[in-house]
Amino acid sequence: MDQQANYLALKGITKSFGNFSALRDINLNISKGEFVCFLGPSGCGKTTLLRIIAGLEAQDCGQIVQGGKDVSWLPPIKRDYGIVFQSYALFPNLTIADNVAYGLVNRRQPKAAIAARVQELLTLAGLPTSGKKYPGQLSGGQQQRIALARALATSPGLLLLDEPLSALDALERVRLRSEIRQLQQRLGVTTIMVTHDQEEALTMADRIVVMNHGVIEQVGTPQEVYLQPRSPFVASFVGKVNVLRGTTLGAGRFRFGSLEFGCDSELGNLPPGHPVKIYLRPEDFVARDVDSRTEHNAMAEVRKIEFLGAFSYLSVALEGMEDQPVTMSMSLNLLKEFGLQVGSRRRFGLLPERIRVFDDRAVAGAV
Amino acid sequence: MNGANTSAVVIAANPVSQQATPAIRGRQQSHWHDRIAHGLLVLVCLGLAAFLLMPVLTILVKSVQDKDGVYVGLHQFVTYMSTPALHQSVLNTLFMATTVTVLVIPAAFLFAYGLTRSMMPAKPLFRTLSLIPILAPSLLAAISFVQWFGNQGVLKGMLGGMTIYGPLGMVLSEFYGVFPHALMIIITALTMADARLYEVAASLGTSRLRRFFTITLPGAKYGLISAALVVFTYTVNDFGVPKVIGGNFNVLSIDVYKLVIGQQDFNKGAVVSLLLLMPALVAFIIDIIIRRKLQSQLSARAVAFVPKKRRLFDSLMFAYCALICLFMIAVLGMAIYTSFIKLWPYDLSLSLRHYYFGLVEGGILESYFNSIRLACWVVVCGIVLVFGSAYLTEKTRGMDGVRPIIRLLAILPMGVPGLVLGLGYILFFNHPGNPLNFMYHTMAILVVSTVIHYYTSSHLTAVTALKAIDNEFESVSASLKVPFYKTFFRVTVPVCLPAILDIGRYLFVNAMTTISAVVFLYSPDTTLASVAILNLEEAGDIGPAAAMATLIVLTSTTVCLLYALITRVLLLKTQGWRRQT
Repeated sequence: MDQQANYLALKGITKSFGNFSALRDINLNISKGEFVCFLGPSGCGKTTLLRIIAGLEAQDCGQIVQGGKDVSWLPPIKRDYGIVFQSYALFPNLTIADNVAYGLVNRRQPKAAIAARVQELLTLAGLPTSGKKYPGQLSGGQQQRIALARALATSPGLLLLDEPLSALDALERVRLRSEIRQLQQRLGVTTIMVTHDQEEALTMADRIVVMNHGVIEQVGTPQEVYLQPRSPFVASFVGKVNVLRGTTLGAGRFRFGSLEFGCDSELGNLPPGHPVKIYLRPEDFVARDVDSRTEHNAMAEVRKIEFLGAFSYLSVALEGMEDQPVTMSMSLNLLKEFGLQVGSRRRFGLLPERIRVFDDRAVAGAV
Repeated sequence: MNGANTSAVVIAANPVSQQATPAIRGRQQSHWHDRIAHGLLVLVCLGLAAFLLMPVLTILVKSVQDKDGVYVGLHQFVTYMSTPALHQSVLNTLFMATTVTVLVIPAAFLFAYGLTRSMMPAKPLFRTLSLIPILAPSLLAAISFVQWFGNQGVLKGMLGGMTIYGPLGMVLSEFYGVFPHALMIIITALTMADARLYEVAASLGTSRLRRFFTITLPGAKYGLISAALVVFTYTVNDFGVPKVIGGNFNVLSIDVYKLVIGQQDFNKGAVVSLLLLMPALVAFIIDIIIRRKLQSQLSARAVAFVPKKRRLFDSLMFAYCALICLFMIAVLGMAIYTSFIKLWPYDLSLSLRHYYFGLVEGGILESYFNSIRLACWVVVCGIVLVFGSAYLTEKTRGMDGVRPIIRLLAILPMGVPGLVLGLGYILFFNHPGNPLNFMYHTMAILVVSTVIHYYTSSHLTAVTALKAIDNEFESVSASLKVPFYKTFFRVTVPVCLPAILDIGRYLFVNAMTTISAVVFLYSPDTTLASVAILNLEEAGDIGPAAAMATLIVLTSTTVCLLYALITRVLLLKTQGWRRQT
């Protein structure tokens, strides 16, 4: 049972390159069949962590247990995983079928069995008739599907994806996103994907590991990470966010502009007048039935409208905090219904359960 | 206002659980596959140390010892420096090298400019003809100029009383020999130009001349400097030309040759060869730095420049390039012609007597076959060694301490003149205490010295090819449990085949024409064609010497054609995947 929940366990993984500390004391458990995304900006250590799990880099210290077996110091060839890189890394001089069969041939299986397995994988990848082609004849997305098939050919216990979609154009990226996810769920293979694209992580992952500066900032489901970011970094890295200056009022209450609100936060115990940062997402505001939905509301003036198609970003100056206008999102329908234009005045409310408060100093530390 | 029923949680500190975990330190185990690579890496490192570093270091040691091996410090330097003859040699050498550089660089630049920036006809033909000198030993040009302008030369009158023997003939011959080397570097530099820069400049109303000085010239700057260094070092180190056409105009390379071959004074030879080594090393270090800058220019995403038709400019360029090519053909043609006429300038009837009586009957043809044998061995050993070690250094894991050493040793040969390398080989391998002494006076030592002499260019070609292929092939094959050497043979070698063939051609042509390193190392059983030319010329047998040179050109040309044929036909057949992108 424990092995099921902790198929892959990382304990105290630490790695530095010269003076640069790439990873600091990383601890993480991944269950069997789970799809985990390592998300973070470039240089946060996510790729290094993936390469350490693959054995392509060696950690300075720390332990890796995969399927109950300590693989910490095994060379890559003795570990059990398949890997897909951003560059596809398909062998250009071999046919698609030979590429997929590359790991199978080495296992001395009968030719017919290999051919059957290759055909099965090509079908799985959605390219059943491409076996005789060369990688150069396929599109980027097709090549990446083949790379995936090659990685899965030997039925590894762990699938590692290193920014697999980053080299693709926007349309193919979205299409392959759901294909990979479906394939992973069908095969039930434990998967780790490295990405810097939050949308990718939010749509694909069971759990997201948000990383920054070589440490894990938060581990959680996409919903948790988005709705309950546990650090200013996570709040600002995942999704768009307004960062507003505010102060404590003591006894669990806070204030920004003319708005006061309470929330059960440990910062509530701070003496009144302590500076805090208030994090609000563009969609945390309400414009319809304001009075009945929230007590936290204020008059505001629309300063700017950025039209993005289905919805727009409005730059709005709330009363009492004209010096720090907030960005809120509004659907096209609502915008038309209210007839909002630059200069329009209207009462907006905000959803208190969405408000996140962080200590000013912690914010400075995270950026 | 209440709103206290929020679920907002505030965590200011790092959320990672700080529970203490045992710090398990360790090193990744190496698989036996990796250990094969490690063993080979060490072997390569030792090989380069024994056949490159040790010989050069031996020269350093010898230069501070007298004939009996007693340490005399810088005494030999001091005595040598105080001889007036040396002063003259140094000045002459510098004069020669500077003059040739000043002449070749603008000439080659103009030629390259015509090839890359004009729409003149016959560009491929010009390009091919301009590379002719590479196919021949440098001696060929000297012999040919003697025939044209020498005491009994066809065009002697044109010199107006000046003699071709001396600086004039040397400058002309060196110009001929080194032109293609400079040209190739400058063509590369000019090809890298970004068309968008020119479009922007044109849209801003910049004049053609200003575009040339603000875009073209700065863009080619590093290429020009690199080419100038190559020309300078080539001229300083060449000794075939001064030997044949230098007359009394002494240069350092001739001094080394005379000291070692003539007077058998190895210690003094070591002193003079260090004087050759120093400028070569300095030029080489500057060149390495510049090449790096060239590389960083190259990586930018540039749009290739496509020249437009301009009648006057194209015609001028055509005329100039035609003139240069005519010069190339005239030099080669005279050498070939000389090999087929009976007795210059008295009996101009055509015959094969120089080939038959001069080479076959004289038993000298054997040296031609020795050269071919050498070239074949150099190609086989060179490819295995150069490509193998480049692969091991660039693509395998572990042994990170050895890699930088191999990289350094691999580029060092470019900074070591052939004469210096050859002398180092004599001093190091002829030493009775050396366990490798058995190699002395064998074909093997000729093969090794030639491979080492031309190592750098081949190494750089191999590294460029290896860096162009995906870095993750090795990672992928490890994840698929396929040993690295299988991937090497199944993927890396086929993908790099064009580069490997290119290395092979380069090594073959150079092995056929080289003289500087091997002139100290051949034995009576292993004389080479280029050495034979030198000896024939010295004996006054110009006809047979020209015949031998012609044979070398013919062989090199055949190999180059063969190379072109193989890359076209065979590659297109077996490597269909390349076309389909």
